[in-house]
Amino acid sequence: MEIVLAIVVGTLYGCGLYLMMRRNLVQLIIGLALISHGANLLIFTAGGLRQGGAPILAEGDAAFAQIPADPLPQALILTAIVISFAVTAFALVLFLRTYQTVGTDDVDQLKETDT
Amino acid sequence: MLWLISICLLAAVAAPFVYRFFPRHTGVLLLPAPLAMVYWLFARLPEVMHGHPVVQRFTWVEGLGLEAAFRLDGLSLLFALLISGIGSLIVIYTQGYFKGHPQQGRFMMYIIAFMASMLGVVLADHLLLVFIFWELTSFTSYLLIGFNHESEAARAAALQAMLVTVLGGLFLLAGLVLTVNATGSWLLSDIIESGAALREHPHYLPILILVCIGAFTKSAQFPFHFWLPNAMQAPTPASAYLHSSTMVKAGVYLLARLHPALSGTSEWTMILTGVGLITFLSGAFLAVGQHVLKRLLAYTTVSALGAMVMLLGVGTEETIKAMTAFVLAHAFYKAALFMVAGGITHETGGETSVDKLAGLRKAMPFTFVFAMLAGLSMGGFPPFFGFVAKESWLHALGHYPLLIVATVAGGAAYVLVGISVGFKPFLGHMPEGLHAHEMPWSMRIGPMVLGGGSLLLAFFCGTIGHALVEPAASAIAGDALHVHLHLWAGFNQYLLISIATLLLGIGCYFVRPVFLKTALRLHPLVKAGPDAVYSLLLKSVLRFAGWQTRLLQTGILRDYIRITVIAVVVLVGAAFYRAGGFHGLEELSPVSVRIALVAVLMILAALVTVSSRSRLRSILSMGVVGYSIALLFSFFGAPDLAMTQLVIETLTVILMALAFYHLPTFKHGSLKRTRAIDAVLSVGVGVAVTLLVIAALHVHTPTPVSDYYLEHSYKEAHGRNVVNVILVDFRALDTLGEITVLTIAALGGYALLKLRPEKGGES
Repeated sequence: MEIVLAIVVGTLYGCGLYLMMRRNLVQLIIGLALISHGANLLIFTAGGLRQGGAPILAEGDAAFAQIPADPLPQALILTAIVISFAVTAFALVLFLRTYQTVGTDDVDQLKETDT
Repeated sequence: MLWLISICLLAAVAAPFVYRFFPRHTGVLLLPAPLAMVYWLFARLPEVMHGHPVVQRFTWVEGLGLEAAFRLDGLSLLFALLISGIGSLIVIYTQGYFKGHPQQGRFMMYIIAFMASMLGVVLADHLLLVFIFWELTSFTSYLLIGFNHESEAARAAALQAMLVTVLGGLFLLAGLVLTVNATGSWLLSDIIESGAALREHPHYLPILILVCIGAFTKSAQFPFHFWLPNAMQAPTPASAYLHSSTMVKAGVYLLARLHPALSGTSEWTMILTGVGLITFLSGAFLAVGQHVLKRLLAYTTVSALGAMVMLLGVGTEETIKAMTAFVLAHAFYKAALFMVAGGITHETGGETSVDKLAGLRKAMPFTFVFAMLAGLSMGGFPPFFGFVAKESWLHALGHYPLLIVATVAGGAAYVLVGISVGFKPFLGHMPEGLHAHEMPWSMRIGPMVLGGGSLLLAFFCGTIGHALVEPAASAIAGDALHVHLHLWAGFNQYLLISIATLLLGIGCYFVRPVFLKTALRLHPLVKAGPDAVYSLLLKSVLRFAGWQTRLLQTGILRDYIRITVIAVVVLVGAAFYRAGGFHGLEELSPVSVRIALVAVLMILAALVTVSSRSRLRSILSMGVVGYSIALLFSFFGAPDLAMTQLVIETLTVILMALAFYHLPTFKHGSLKRTRAIDAVLSVGVGVAVTLLVIAALHVHTPTPVSDYYLEHSYKEAHGRNVVNVILVDFRALDTLGEITVLTIAALGGYALLKLRPEKGGES
């Protein structure tokens, strides 16, 4: 199973990077979002896949009867999802402003500070 | 010793403030710091004379075995006395030299900071400490040479001096580390005691060469000598102090210090004697063709340093004694002559050329007397201490006729320079338009003490030899020597050689124009020497830096990503190659159909995102990827993640759809070739990341922190959802940071949307 997910992660990274190397600002953002997905899935897969149920203690129990899924990568990814959303949203607004101010969405033309 | 060095450092920090409040008495007020050192050194003299070094150790970093270890033996004492004694005079001299100069406080700060660093070099017993202080002297020297930072020449000279000495310092560090590996101790005192351990170690030759490069760059030995004459851009008090009597001797000090451990091999003798001899002769030869006061003195300093290294290289008891006496004599006369040279230039309104100076004796009688004394000592005339040192030098080289001939030739140059600086400016008729007046008292004290001292030391040379030279020479030799310095050693062959040298030197002085003309003719040759190599190297480094900056920093995003991508692929690939493939693949979980279906869906969606020409289709397929991840999360026991992912993905898609309404369609296509290269690179990264994930599967930390969370989240935090407990309790501060990032992004986004360029006045 892990190898399948590893291939998915690799595909997401490759596609994301390819999009980031295009000349349109919009594609750049989508590429960024794809890489974020890939990174989250990478942490999740590398943290070990355990199909032992969620790390949530049932009502009345004091300890887990069987080892549940690892809570640590989940906590990390939860933070990462939210942060990557913030980054994507901010990039979106920034590019929108850039386009309105500079008048182009061609990344190749945005190479000097005074364009 | 630590305290005394700290007092000097404190004085350095205080200097600008002292100058601010007492601008006319800065030097006098700062004097107690160096004088305290002088006093302490004299108080320890009896112990050290009897062969009991003063040792002080403070624990610094216990776990690293790092100690602030200081040790005062005969050699350290001689150097420390010169540093703090001449330092005291320089501080007073500076007060007069920079009278009314707005930057006097800054200069004082640098010069006293230098003094503290230099004291550290000669007093430290721990090699790391020696190295730190060694680099600090290079650094303060840089500040002092570049003091007049509005002058381009001064800046270039400062940079050159620093690059050469710091580069040498790095070689030295490598040599010191190897030394420590070979002897097992960081303490100089242990290394000196280690006997033949270092000489017989397989790394002996690399150690010797590395240490020598460090010492030779610092002490301006051929072919690194060029920085010293250029360093004459420094204000004269700095030249008199750093670049004649103290800092440039740090290399000589280090070689002398390590003499017991490193010397006695043919390599030592060959390298030191050879380089020293070349430096001694070339310095002397270059000196006679100069006409600028300070450069005359600078080249003879190069030559004198060469002589010291040469005498160390020969390494007999007699040459060690002679070297030690010469260090003392040279420090006295050279510092005095520099102060005189600075005084002459200062009091004549900036005249620097010997040939344009004459007849100053009436205007500057006081200066004349002490310039004469120092000049005669430099030439090695009896009855001056320079003569005493030169006599013991000749005596020590008795079995080396070749070196005696070299000494006569070099000695003649010293006579010429001594007369040129000590007499020439004061005799004859004052040229028209030259105005001069006597130096103020603060500038007279230095030449008076050191010039007068050159004479007095000679009359007390027996005592001086016993009290200062003997302990120092014993420390260099590594066992007790007996030093007997004589002003009158009887009528012997060495006296005759001395007299011949003097006569030759006086003769040379009268044909000096010939030397000047020759120097002028040889100028292109000298210019093509090591100095040119330095400029060429510096230029090539800058050109290379410019070339690779233009190559790597194109300003195009795609190029940056490409470089990063290539680096990632290469590094990950190299790591795989070294690790030799995968391990632990047998523990994989079984493939289930529903997950495989989701995976195929994700790959397809990602490919659609890439290939689509429509913005909406791209965004939607990206959304499919996001929702599929949410599904995967829910399959593998992460309901919280699944929920968060769903909400966030929905938000992202809506936000993008809204924003893209204002953005144009995809209209900038890339060339087919560019697309192909990018595709290859992307596939490369995809493969690298895939391999990375597979390789990461078998990495397990011995005690995962997760177990702790699983066990304690209910017991301690009273929460049943472990992931939530981690976020809001165990790692609550991280979550606070996350919220802060969100807030900043939100504020930034809001500000960007609200910012109206036409109102803000921008573009």
